[in-house]
Amino acid sequence: MSIIKVENLSKQFGAVKAINNVSIEVEEGTIFGFLGPNGAGKSTTINILCTLLSPTSGKATIAGYDCIRDSSMVRKAIGIVFQDPTLDKELTAYENMMLHAYLYNVKRSEIKDRIHDALRFVDLYERKDDVVKKFSGGMKRRLEVARGLIHRPRILFLDEPTLGLDPQSRANLWDFITELPAKHKVTVFMTTHYMDEAEVCDRISIIDNGSIIATGTPDELKKTVGGDVIYIKTSDNDKAKTEIQELFDIDVSEKNDELFLTTLRGDSCIPEIIKTIGEKVLSVRLQRPTLNDVFIKMTGKQIRDEEVSSTYTMKEDIRAYRRRFDRG
Amino acid sequence: MIEANAVYVLVLRELIKFFRAKSRLITTLARPLIWLFLIGGGMSRLVSPGIGVDYMQFIFPGILGMTILFSSIFSAISIIWDKEFGLMKGILVAPVSRFSIVIGKALSGTIVSALQAVIILLLFPFLGIKLSLMSFLYVIVICLLLSFAISTLGIVIATFYESFESFSVIMNFIVMPMFFLSGAMYPVNKLPVILKVISQINPLTYGVDALKHAMLKGSDLIDFSVATDIAVLVFCSVVFTVTAGIIFERKK
Repeated sequence: MSIIKVENLSKQFGAVKAINNVSIEVEEGTIFGFLGPNGAGKSTTINILCTLLSPTSGKATIAGYDCIRDSSMVRKAIGIVFQDPTLDKELTAYENMMLHAYLYNVKRSEIKDRIHDALRFVDLYERKDDVVKKFSGGMKRRLEVARGLIHRPRILFLDEPTLGLDPQSRANLWDFITELPAKHKVTVFMTTHYMDEAEVCDRISIIDNGSIIATGTPDELKKTVGGDVIYIKTSDNDKAKTEIQELFDIDVSEKNDELFLTTLRGDSCIPEIIKTIGEKVLSVRLQRPTLNDVFIKMTGKQIRDEEVSSTYTMKEDIRAYRRRFDRG
Repeated sequence: MIEANAVYVLVLRELIKFFRAKSRLITTLARPLIWLFLIGGGMSRLVSPGIGVDYMQFIFPGILGMTILFSSIFSAISIIWDKEFGLMKGILVAPVSRFSIVIGKALSGTIVSALQAVIILLLFPFLGIKLSLMSFLYVIVICLLLSFAISTLGIVIATFYESFESFSVIMNFIVMPMFFLSGAMYPVNKLPVILKVISQINPLTYGVDALKHAMLKGSDLIDFSVATDIAVLVFCSVVFTVTAGIIFERKK
């Protein structure tokens, strides 16, 4: 069953189209990744889904409720970790959790236990009475995820959850996020612009300049870039080259004393290659396409060179528009 | 609809923060004391003969009004902080009505500033002002009502600003004129016509006037009846609350 359903959603800020005809479906209990460079329209989409923005046209339903008409039912069904921290730094971890528990109308008799459980889950129980401004970036993020789960939402939105974290905290957070669907029966909808992090997703949509340009599982998407590359070092490159070419009937090239060939099933080709030219092989390595390769192929640009891309100026335009028109 | 849980926790948050930041309490109490003793003390010889009462006594209701004005406006425009630091976003996606958020914020401001006003109020015996128990309670009620009106006004102001850069604009063009044109420092009926008109559309004027009823009994320095004062304060509270709620509710 699709727990999130977005149909032809568009949002315009003045003359700028932030998103254009976006359609998404997310199955219950999965991790969905929404990828794209900064300014591509990820946050706009999330803001519409969590009822902070109304779309110019199109439809979005969450857990069967319309994001525009039934906004309060939608709000009950979702938990959100925004890109920018939304914790009250002057309050303790426990008080921040409590603020949320009351806002989400959690039964008073359950509040304390739920907060303690959630804090244990994110390893912050010992720090529960510390003021949040003393926390590191990673701890704040974990606290926010715990807070997002306090009212047992059916869907958890994570907008760039690892932005600004060091590699170790990032890895910890991912371990933790991948456990969420099983442990908390929650569907995860996350955005990121770190392509390697999206590997953990069950399904992915890539958005660029406000439109969705590809959707599928990480493997499906990676297949679209043409398969695996096998690199082989041998004691006699010329001879090995002809032998492999005869074996698979494909072109083998040579670069830096290394042979390489592109194939769809890299892992099963390697044993055959070794059988044929076994005694000459010095080393073999297999390089699989990454989601970053997918992105480059789809958009013709690196995901991180946004400073020079048009999407950057689009974001600026939206900001300028917001400064002028939306005060509330 | 107003959710009691949401209102409760928003007030609780403000009180926790208020009592945790002791320096805030001291600085907010310092301002009215400075005005009372330095301005009041300095001006009293000059002004008292002209208005018929001791000048320190005359400005005391105004000093209470000032305490409430600054504290309520500060508390309300903390919404701008909340917006800038994202906290407001976290509150806005919760399943609570916008009116609950406005009421919660307004009550936080009301409690915090009425509390400070009452601390200042305790100075009354030292200024030679006599208050019966009933008058004392009446003053507290007026302080609460005025605090609520000013807090909701502050929330309306805060909805128009996205960042804290606008703080000095609010201070210089809204708060200070409101203070000076409220009858706090000089009697409204002695002002030039234009300023008099402005002071009559200033909600603080009515709060200060209501306080004067208790403290300057029978003097001709009182401008309106108690009923008018209270009616205006209630009316302003309702209008500002509804306005703030509607602005909050409006989606982008």
